[in-house]
Amino acid sequence: MDIPILKQGQVVIATIRGSPTDAELLQLRAALIQQVVRLRSTGVVLDVAALDVMDSFATRTLRDLAQMTRLRGAETVIVGIQPEVAFAMVQMGLTLEQVPTALDLEEGLAYLARRPQPFA
Amino acid sequence: MTARPKAADEEIRVQIRTDRDIVAARQQGRSMAVTLDFTPTDATLLATAISELARNIVKYARWGEIRLRVINGSPRKGVEVVARDDGPGIADVKKALRDGFSTSGSLGLGLPGVMRLMDEFEIESAEFRGTTVTVRKWKP
Repeated sequence: MDIPILKQGQVVIATIRGSPTDAELLQLRAALIQQVVRLRSTGVVLDVAALDVMDSFATRTLRDLAQMTRLRGAETVIVGIQPEVAFAMVQMGLTLEQVPTALDLEEGLAYLARRPQPFA
Repeated sequence: MTARPKAADEEIRVQIRTDRDIVAARQQGRSMAVTLDFTPTDATLLATAISELARNIVKYARWGEIRLRVINGSPRKGVEVVARDDGPGIADVKKALRDGFSTSGSLGLGLPGVMRLMDEFEIESAEFRGTTVTVRKWKP
């Protein structure tokens, strides 16, 4: 699966398409962290609107991604979780914990822009 | 891969060996739910449960299968999922059904989570004798 990773200013943007396998999710996580390091990014927006299922593995992988980028000083925002996917996550008891979420890409970027910039 | 809707009375068997099969199994389940006119939410709950059950097979047993079929209650219809493997089995089933319990260092939410997603849940397992989980989701 080819997941394009874009750059907008200091923010890295990726959009999941279709149904990634576990291995593809891990590849995406690795690629995003690599980009954050390479580009010295301060934020990541991951659009999961096309994701059909957010099970325990996907949830844990995204949570780990957010944790890893945070250690590099970049905040990850998950955007576009579908209502039925959100419902299933709650039923399952799955949580993204302190990972911020937003409605869509635009809202995700706005969230990152609102953050206080420590070195601005 | 795209799952094609099957005839309503057909049983679908998906061999589970790799993470790719996990995706295939849940897509088959979703398309079965769609042919039965499940709501998008119920179809997603079913697909999520299949994803968890299939992953347990890959993670703990390495090999197994998922069987999906339409069930006719009266008057409701539903989908039955049987996840079967000949893996190491579960020594303490009661414990495995409790939230927070896991033997693989994962979240341990697998089976209790699946139980909450579905309407009916049955498990048969013994140490060294494999595991069979049967779950059903009825159309409201």
